[in-house]
Amino acid sequence: MEFLSYLISGISLGSIYAIIALGYTMVYGIAKMLNFAHGDVIMVGGYVSLVAMTSLGVPSVAAILLAMVVCTILGVVIERLAYKPLRDAPSLAVLITAIGVSYFLQNAALQVWGANPRMYASVASGTLKLFDGQLTIPYVSLLTVAACIVIMVGLTLFTSRTKMGKAMRACSEDKGAAQLMGIDVNRTISMTFAIGSALAAIAGVLLCSYTTSLSPTTGSMPGIKAFTAAVFGGIGSIPGAFLGGLLLGIIESMAKAYISMQLANSIVFAVLIVVLLVRPAGLLGKYVPEKV
Amino acid sequence: MLSKLVPIPSGSMIPDRDIDKRPILECIGLGITFGGLKAVEDFNLTIGRTEIAGLIGPNGAGKTTVFNLLTKVYQPTKGTILLDGVDTHGMDTMKVNRAGIARTFQNIRLFQDLSVEDNVKVGMDTQMHYNMWSGIFRLPGYWKEEKVAHERALELLSLFGMEDLAGVKAGALPYGAQRRLEIVRALATNPSLLLLDEPAAGMNPSETAELMENIRKIRDTFQIAVLLIEHDMNLVMNICEGICVLNFGRVIAKGSPEDIQKNPKVIEAYLGKQKEA
Amino acid sequence: MKKLKSLKTTTKVDFATYLGVIAAFFIVSLLRSQGLLNRSLTGMLVPICCYIVMAVSLNLTVGILGELSLGHAGFMSVGAFSGIIVAMSLQSAMPVAWVRLLAALIAGALFAALAGLIVGVPVLRLRGDYLAIVTLAFGEIIKELINCLLVGYDENGLHMAFNISGTLTIDDLHMSPGAVTIIKGAQGATGTEKLATFGAGFLLVMVTLVVVLNLVRSRAGRAVMAIRDNRIAAESIGVNVTKYKLIAFITSAALAGASGALFGLNYSSLVASKFDFNTSILVLVYVVLGGLGNIWGSIIAAAVLYILPEALRQFSDYRMLVYAIVLILVMLATNNPTLKNFLGRFKPRKQQGKEAV
Repeated sequence: MEFLSYLISGISLGSIYAIIALGYTMVYGIAKMLNFAHGDVIMVGGYVSLVAMTSLGVPSVAAILLAMVVCTILGVVIERLAYKPLRDAPSLAVLITAIGVSYFLQNAALQVWGANPRMYASVASGTLKLFDGQLTIPYVSLLTVAACIVIMVGLTLFTSRTKMGKAMRACSEDKGAAQLMGIDVNRTISMTFAIGSALAAIAGVLLCSYTTSLSPTTGSMPGIKAFTAAVFGGIGSIPGAFLGGLLLGIIESMAKAYISMQLANSIVFAVLIVVLLVRPAGLLGKYVPEKV
Repeated sequence: MLSKLVPIPSGSMIPDRDIDKRPILECIGLGITFGGLKAVEDFNLTIGRTEIAGLIGPNGAGKTTVFNLLTKVYQPTKGTILLDGVDTHGMDTMKVNRAGIARTFQNIRLFQDLSVEDNVKVGMDTQMHYNMWSGIFRLPGYWKEEKVAHERALELLSLFGMEDLAGVKAGALPYGAQRRLEIVRALATNPSLLLLDEPAAGMNPSETAELMENIRKIRDTFQIAVLLIEHDMNLVMNICEGICVLNFGRVIAKGSPEDIQKNPKVIEAYLGKQKEA
Repeated sequence: MKKLKSLKTTTKVDFATYLGVIAAFFIVSLLRSQGLLNRSLTGMLVPICCYIVMAVSLNLTVGILGELSLGHAGFMSVGAFSGIIVAMSLQSAMPVAWVRLLAALIAGALFAALAGLIVGVPVLRLRGDYLAIVTLAFGEIIKELINCLLVGYDENGLHMAFNISGTLTIDDLHMSPGAVTIIKGAQGATGTEKLATFGAGFLLVMVTLVVVLNLVRSRAGRAVMAIRDNRIAAESIGVNVTKYKLIAFITSAALAGASGALFGLNYSSLVASKFDFNTSILVLVYVVLGGLGNIWGSIIAAAVLYILPEALRQFSDYRMLVYAIVLILVMLATNNPTLKNFLGRFKPRKQQGKEAV
């Protein structure tokens, strides 16, 4: 029973990682950049929903929608201002710019909302009690898992069925060729950032509901871990991000419960290292050898 | 100076060549499969110790794949490669080079940001012995070997008249010079077999003529074997003593330039099937 | 002739770098003796030296070897805490302070080199972003491991415990009453004797420069840069890729370790979380802004950018925000094609390469 509750907690945490990782992996797939600011967009999503719920008093659904809108705009603006001018620049320059954006968002949040952690009331309070109360599952966990599955299926359908989704896949394979086929590459990349940031907003709300607190640095560690999850599953692959996120959450939860609270992150990272050594392109990634 | 001329051996057929008893390279039943596709199959080739041999065939025939198999960029799924009688099974690219095969690349792979001289010196790394500490503290071993390397690099570059370019960044060289530098770099490793992948690609006729002279000069001075992939038939027919023709991953003909030119299978592979006139 | 000229340029740049650092040291020392440096600036001298060493050593990995490392602070951490342990353990045995400092720096370098070997063997098999993420992972692992470390010293020698469960305290080391507590788990090192001096920092920078510059201009450096420019070609001419990658990576780690030891001995208390991902990133920013493979660039970037947030004091709370904006704008400006073309005009023309034989 104890094990089961840790497992559920792990799946719930893993689903949050998976949602963030999905956003990461889509952006990486197309822009081929490590968007270190992604985690901070999550934080912004958290604050926007918090402000909407507490100061404006809107219902949680509306707060989530508002957070999504704000983050989507934020994501597109960041891409347009900071990343687009660097499309042909070396990847390290883009990486440093992303780090700059991350610093910017964190410090802007610090100015606007202060350094002290805020209490975050879960968007779905209450718990589901099973087996005469021996096993309690918070509703927010169920909501998280459901959201994650819906998003995963939705994204898979979107990239395989719709015109825009196909354009995204084409751009991630070869931007030049995609452009020659009449695909508006800039619009496609903007769209990817929009989707990724909207997902980040959802992840932000769910993450804050899970941890029940929020500060300007809330997003950075989950961001790094979600990126790890994306790499773990095979970066660029949607099912890979889902699988990687879920596994990462479960490993983290189990490590915390049974091995060591202190070393939980280390264990997660150690598993990542081992997986990458055995499968250099992640669990579901395709290894492409260099052509000679 | 390095200049000993050897008589150019007569152009007999490759498999039967017996210039000085032991061939430098023997490929026996070599093959590789990529996801079910047989890129190269049952490839047999023997090259004499000081022979200039050509590997030709239409685009996509698997010529570069053969080079990649010989240099272990790909591990062959089938067959044996004997280099000077030694089986190269289990060796990687680095060890194959140390055993005596050096190559150039179809799409030039120079060390762009290093100077021309440093490109050549990297090729001599296997012949240098001073360790990291001698390098950091500039011990006598460093000065001695660096001096020798510097002189030898200039000497090798002078083969192609490139000694004046020693300090130029490799990436800044014109195309033809980049191709020549790749050859010099390969020679710096003291190979017994030199593989040239389309050495004349992108060169104008006068550069190509010069290249032909140079390939002969290399063979004569270093007394090594050369195997080259080339689409320029004029070059191939002029300097190769033996030619091997590849199509769809299989050898379709082997022989002297005269034989190859007359071979109907070769003509078919290049021009398509023609009705008898 | 051109060959001679080119040899001279690299040597000239190297000498200018050495001379610049020496000159900077004397000028700063002079200003300091005249009381012209304020307290905060004086306090920054040792950390600046440490971060210069960090930047130069990371440049060896990122600029010269061409592999992105996001865990360089991990090696600094290993060096810092092993250096602190050595310096504190020698406190009674060795009365001369600079010998203890030297021993600490050497120990820091050695332990960080060992960590570099352990990390490097698996990591260097990976490529690109995968390698980057794994170095990040190792950096975080090192941080958490040190957070679990309990170390003390008494007349019976060194006592160590590894606090995996989180329930151990320093009392579990069972030391005699007069013992020195060196590292207290997540609280880090406390009561450390401050041995670091600006002079030592200057010497460490000079040693780092000699090691890195001479390594780069030797066969090892040539091979490492060859691997960076084209791994397959390097293999094809017999270069031992694994060996040279490890040489660069371990050297880089060892220098970071020495820098960490100096850094650790500059403060009376130090926690492992000081050396987290953000510190690695900070150093990476120095390297990238200073120019990949450009050693003197790293030195200047580290010094300027370390002081910059301090100089932005007048913006008080907004200084990190300003720093972030400056960072983004600098990246946008330095990668702007129009600006690049403009600057490119001042570069020497490409040399004509075609020669008649």
